[in-house]
Amino acid sequence: MSQVRLLVNGDPRSVPAPATVAELLAHLGLDARMVVVEVNREIIRRPRHQEVTLRDGDTVELVHFVGGG
Amino acid sequence: MSTTVTPDATIQDTPLVVGGQAFRSRLLVGTGKYRSNAEMLAAITASGADVVTVAVRRVDLDRRKEEGVLYHLDPKRFFLLANTAGCYTADEAIRYARLAREAGFNEFIKLEVIGDRETLLPDTDGLLTATRVLAREGFQVMAYTNDDLIMALRLEEAGAAAVMPLASPIGSGLGLLNPYSIRTIKRRLRVPVLVDAGVGTASDACVTMEQGVDGILMNTAIAEAAHPATMAAAMRHAVDAGRLAYLAGRMPRREVAVPSSPTTGMAG
Repeated sequence: MSQVRLLVNGDPRSVPAPATVAELLAHLGLDARMVVVEVNREIIRRPRHQEVTLRDGDTVELVHFVGGG
Repeated sequence: MSTTVTPDATIQDTPLVVGGQAFRSRLLVGTGKYRSNAEMLAAITASGADVVTVAVRRVDLDRRKEEGVLYHLDPKRFFLLANTAGCYTADEAIRYARLAREAGFNEFIKLEVIGDRETLLPDTDGLLTATRVLAREGFQVMAYTNDDLIMALRLEEAGAAAVMPLASPIGSGLGLLNPYSIRTIKRRLRVPVLVDAGVGTASDACVTMEQGVDGILMNTAIAEAAHPATMAAAMRHAVDAGRLAYLAGRMPRREVAVPSSPTTGMAG
């Protein structure tokens, strides 16, 4: 099976192709309700997680809330 | 709505309202720097705060660090106020604000644009730009700024829902360095003024509230206390006491003594 090569939170990662945002989150074991996703600097809202397919070379940022002042 | 309760029916306090949202407590607290999540939760609970600040950061995909704060804080119990801490440009702060909003809790952002790594003092130029952009996008911007009246007025004009001048630098614990500036900002602005950063102990919080500001946001003073939950309780009382003292209206300062006991009727 072919792989999609991504840069996720600064690190290279490969996931089985084709991969949607939802599939990437599942692959990483993340709860979509707890994470905000940016692909190539564009926020992908939760309703679109299953529509947006990731491509080779995409830069993905996965952020969440942490303790802060 | 519970606000500071006065024993005098003629001076009942009103709730803190920011951007149309009413809050129970005038004390807002951060969630950073705690030694453990249990300690954080105990301190926040003791503080009585309903607004808690959180930061936006990358998920640790290797799970070596703690999971997100939402695993430990019930978003139904607390109002989550995301910050843009760590952002050094308007663009970066705007990006973080948009990410925070996508988390789906509210439109509020504690906007920080930092100008200097040593003092963490705000870059007010970037702050003003980011406030303008985010206010236009429907954010309720709570702008962390310095204790400068002119900048505070410009932030209000740019659409800030609240202006948050510092008491002293973030994490310094130096207390309220310029009561006059804070008082003046409060007197001149129509939007709420909340002091953010610099409080070190309960007396600092009390003196700050005595200036008439609408609230205080603090993190380090509680989190770095030897016993955070106890300090949080002290802060809760201090904020209440300072608010009551402000509402009560203090006596004038005099350079001379005035006796408290009658000066006549002394035994001969």
